[in-house]
Amino acid sequence: MSTIDARFRVEHNNFNLDIRLSLPRVGVSALFGPSGSGKTTCLRAMAGLEKLPDSYFAIGDSVWQDSEKDIFVPPHQREIGYVFQEASLFAHLNVRDNLNFGRRRLPVEKRKVKFQNICNILGLTPLLDRPPNTLSGGERQRVAIARALLTSPKLLLMDEPLSALDHALKQEVLPYLERLQQELAIPIIYVSHSPDEVARLADYIAIIKQGKLVKSGVLAEVMLDGEAGMCFYDGRSSMLYAQVLKHKKDHLTELAIGGLTLLVPQISSPVDSHLRCRINAKDVSLCLSPPVDSSISNILPGCVTRIEDSRTPGERIVTVDISATHSLLAMITYASAKRLKLHLGCHVWAQIKSVVVL
Amino acid sequence: MPDLSVIWLTLKLAVIVTLLLLALATPLAWWLSQTNSKLKPIIGSLCTLPMVLPPTVLGFYLLLLLGPNSPIGQFSSFIGLGSLPFSFAGIAIACAVHTLPFVVQPLQNSFEAFGKRPLEVAATLRAGPVATFWQVALPLAKPGFFTAAVMGFCHTIGEFGVVLMIGGNIPEQTRVLSIEIYNHVEAMEYAQAHWLAGGMMLVSFIGLLLIYCINYQCSRKQKLYGQSKSKTDANYQAQRRQAA
Repeated sequence: MSTIDARFRVEHNNFNLDIRLSLPRVGVSALFGPSGSGKTTCLRAMAGLEKLPDSYFAIGDSVWQDSEKDIFVPPHQREIGYVFQEASLFAHLNVRDNLNFGRRRLPVEKRKVKFQNICNILGLTPLLDRPPNTLSGGERQRVAIARALLTSPKLLLMDEPLSALDHALKQEVLPYLERLQQELAIPIIYVSHSPDEVARLADYIAIIKQGKLVKSGVLAEVMLDGEAGMCFYDGRSSMLYAQVLKHKKDHLTELAIGGLTLLVPQISSPVDSHLRCRINAKDVSLCLSPPVDSSISNILPGCVTRIEDSRTPGERIVTVDISATHSLLAMITYASAKRLKLHLGCHVWAQIKSVVVL
Repeated sequence: MPDLSVIWLTLKLAVIVTLLLLALATPLAWWLSQTNSKLKPIIGSLCTLPMVLPPTVLGFYLLLLLGPNSPIGQFSSFIGLGSLPFSFAGIAIACAVHTLPFVVQPLQNSFEAFGKRPLEVAATLRAGPVATFWQVALPLAKPGFFTAAVMGFCHTIGEFGVVLMIGGNIPEQTRVLSIEIYNHVEAMEYAQAHWLAGGMMLVSFIGLLLIYCINYQCSRKQKLYGQSKSKTDANYQAQRRQAA
């Protein structure tokens, strides 16, 4: 399998980075962790903006850095796109010239990403003749993303591209990022400390803490993991991939998750479209028998496969497998777990109070 | 009326020195702004030295350095430039040395002002160091170039001590404005001195005024840019209409 392989090692007086990463060459891989954990340093090293002493970086068979063999490809010779935290548009060029800055350096046959296509996806067509200082923050960041993509990179590196934007602008840019993902087959490495962004965009995740890799893997699996889940500071949750089954009359939408169905308040996505559902552990409660007179409409049978302590004392996190490939997390009190005599392998009914459709 | 040949000679000197310095100081200022070399403080100090030295000290050493017995003097005779002291070429070199810091500093400041980020962005957009310099650094430093050119020009027009030390007072060769003013004052020809001195005040004032206006324009642009960072487009447009 074609992968992105990285080993970065550097020792500053108060910062140690020692990381080995192997990321898939498809979809969005998130480097996730608290600020100051070394995510950005990794990303800069991948781009060649930082020359770390004892490091290795290769995508497929192109080796861009190998300290042992004294290989270091300078950033302008690496086929990457890089989106910085701030848009960093060239102030002396208008939007069109900013977009063309990298693109016109490519030989024509290498310009795989089409100008018009990118402008459509990112909604830039009306902005092309404007100077950067007349754009809003969200517009600027979209131009920066398009500018990087127009170099038809083998790999797109994004360093918290949304963190400089307020909530409303973030919501404006996020759908564009999702569309990009669906329409272009360019692998993205996305640095973020926001659980929300990661849950929404990432397919694969590498959790980094204090310069070390804590855990990496497919997003939905990593989120089930205790140690890794702790890094989601907005609480433990599980991720389910769903498909819209049908829109019902009473303002509800039916989603298919494997062979199971889930009812959520009506959403606008068309039938058959794929989406992600994040289910917070604290919104899931467990019963030993099927509740018959509950107001909760999503009640799924499952089997307890793990019981662990939560960050908050007195709480336990229970993993419930609802099918061979799908699991839920439920946060219940220690006392309830004891009262229900929960144990591994015991059959339960999970009541899902709310589903966050991403 | 003032002697027009003096004004012509002075303008010629100022234009030549300014162009020469822009060509020399640009790579120097670029290097100073980008390097982490241990030589940076030494070269930086050397480049600023002419600003703080009395023109007589500078003129004295330049006279020795450019004199017919020095390697530079011998080289200039060899290539047919003749002896440098007391010639136009000589005062051009001397003025260039004396004016160097006034051109290097604004350039270096403007190269440093935009930081490393635009250069990194250019690198990730496949621009090599040369393309980055021409297509990003130079355009972004444009106000700095304007300041440097005006400063270099005005400082050369006002050159007195160094020209006197190196060039003396030879009509049509080294007799520039400031020296002519000195001559007029010595000869008690105050009316003529007024023409030249007043004219020089005016030219210098206009030059500085231009720098200030341009810098003000640039900083206002940047301010608006910064303020609109987290605002929507509509907000920004309203703000701009108000400002106008």
